[in-house]
Amino acid sequence: MTRMLQRLLGPVTLASLALTAWLGLWVTPPDRVQGDLARLVYVHPALAWVALYLSFGTATIASVLYLWPRTRSVTADRVAVSAMEVSLVFILLTLATGSIWGRPTWGVWWAWDARLTSTAILGVFALAYLALRRANDDPTQRARRGAVFAILTAINVPIIHFSVLWWKTLHQGASVLTSTGQLNVHGSMLWTMLIGFVGFTLLFFWLLRERYRLEVKRDRLVASTVDEALAQRRREGV
Amino acid sequence: MTPVVALRDAVVVAGGFPLLAGVTLEIAPGTGTLLVGANGAGKTSLLRLLGGLERLAAGEGSVLGLDLRRADRRDLRRRVGWLGHDGSFYDDLSARENLRFAADALGRPRELVDAALERVGLAPRAATPTRRLSAGQRRRLALAWLVVRRAELWLLDEPYAALDEDGRALLDELLVDVVASGATVVASAHDPVRSSAITATVRLAGGRVVP
Amino acid sequence: MIRVAGRVARKDLLIEWRSRVLLWQVVPFGAMALLLAGLALGPTRAGSSGAGPGLYYLVMVLVTLLAAQRSAQVERAAGTRASVATLGLDPAGVFLGKALALCVELWAIGLVLGAGTVLFLHTALRAALVASPSIAATLAALAAAGTLYGALTTGDGSAATLLPVLALPGFSPLLIAGERSFSAAAAGGATGSWWVITLVALVVYLAAGVVLYGVLEDA
Repeated sequence: MTRMLQRLLGPVTLASLALTAWLGLWVTPPDRVQGDLARLVYVHPALAWVALYLSFGTATIASVLYLWPRTRSVTADRVAVSAMEVSLVFILLTLATGSIWGRPTWGVWWAWDARLTSTAILGVFALAYLALRRANDDPTQRARRGAVFAILTAINVPIIHFSVLWWKTLHQGASVLTSTGQLNVHGSMLWTMLIGFVGFTLLFFWLLRERYRLEVKRDRLVASTVDEALAQRRREGV
Repeated sequence: MTPVVALRDAVVVAGGFPLLAGVTLEIAPGTGTLLVGANGAGKTSLLRLLGGLERLAAGEGSVLGLDLRRADRRDLRRRVGWLGHDGSFYDDLSARENLRFAADALGRPRELVDAALERVGLAPRAATPTRRLSAGQRRRLALAWLVVRRAELWLLDEPYAALDEDGRALLDELLVDVVASGATVVASAHDPVRSSAITATVRLAGGRVVP
Repeated sequence: MIRVAGRVARKDLLIEWRSRVLLWQVVPFGAMALLLAGLALGPTRAGSSGAGPGLYYLVMVLVTLLAAQRSAQVERAAGTRASVATLGLDPAGVFLGKALALCVELWAIGLVLGAGTVLFLHTALRAALVASPSIAATLAALAAAGTLYGALTTGDGSAATLLPVLALPGFSPLLIAGERSFSAAAAGGATGSWWVITLVALVVYLAAGVVLYGVLEDA
């Protein structure tokens, strides 16, 4: 059952993203005010959800699990680095789609909007995490430092969010589900958005799985290199 | 008698390179052991493993009754005295200030500091910043640090390096006192060591013990 | 923990007192950075832009990087790390001590550069005085954060270039809160919400340091 689900992950992801593209580009009508530009709503919020919540959250939970002695495992470290890399890709896509929407709306490619700014800062955090890992050769040191930095990043998220929010905000408020629980989007637009969310969520899991597999292969390669080096080192002593 | 050091096929890896490639070794308490071997044979790495400064990547081992795979390495570090072949001090602090910091951290009386400086012949340079001391004087300061420390296991990496004739005699005398007090000494050296405290020699090559 | 913190703080401050690195290298850097900030604003805006508080904090963030780097560097030599590791100091105490020493150093530099901001960028002295409690709190939070990020770079070949990219994103909310608070003091406005950001960051970094510093030391 699990194996079948795993096999289906790729095709179902592609199908749901293709469906989102078809519904978003051809089936749904243009917005009364924003015209075709509003079609970004099928992509941008879903990308942001994956970037800021799903992948960052996964990386944080995996990092906590790695640091907690009882749950420490190489799997948790691999999941953390894989999720953080995927997060960086989605953050860049979120910023790019936000920028494309912002140019005609705000008149500039970059605006000092609260969410845009905090997303960019979070992107630098993700970059820094990867830079930190590259700077450490020892696997245990790399994993521990990476985990600590990921946790520091996670506790920074609300601090950055509120500081930038109070600093200034231009961003459009919550669109689909308002704080009063009222739905603002209807019909085919809502369905397209929901399918987009499902598609990008599945894409996250697909990319995470593939990136995790890559990490396993890399670890095996390193292990075989160490084995070779060990044999060579032992020959030095003969 | 339970050995102070018991290693079986101990492997230490750093940055993908095996520093130790399977060391098997036993050291009894209250003895002095000398590690010899060419550059890169693994002497420093073995000392660092025994001091809880390196992780055991494979194999088994226990030091001072602590399992190297399971125990908190901090518990081991607290019980060893370390003399490395570089640095070891805060260069901007004087010899006395460095020792006072160590004494305070270890909960040792401060009076020991001046006595230790006297013993290693550094009393006249007690107020000199460490960076201005010569290599030999820094080595003497490291010995004073160990005198203040009084560890159960002394790990000395090239302790004779940079010491003059007087310094060597002082170190020999110190090692005899240490072993007589029941502590264990493991030291590395290139040249033959004449101290009567040294009772065994272990030869390393390619990260392993060789006959 | 508190006793270890006191000893470590004393040791770090003594090292600074002996080496005078901050006095001869970091303070001149900060003063020059303030002058450059004025030059970058241009001749008409340099003395009348109201950008003083923001530029002050920008310079203080850069100064914090240098000071945190120096604080981590003191422990970086391989021999020193090994010897100190065998002292068995409580890592939480080491963190608090290093953060406290860095905080005292930043307060001293902050005072000098605060005077520079009043002098060069024409920020009102009264505003600087009113903002001084929030400046002290923000610099304390920067010290705690800087100590923690500094510990992440100990023992690396690439450490000197790694610290800024690790620390600057974390410093950004403190820069915002500090600048807004200082600017509000200059304009006579309320600073309540900015205090929340600063104090939350301070508490979070101190708590994270106490819990996580040992993990980093052991790594």
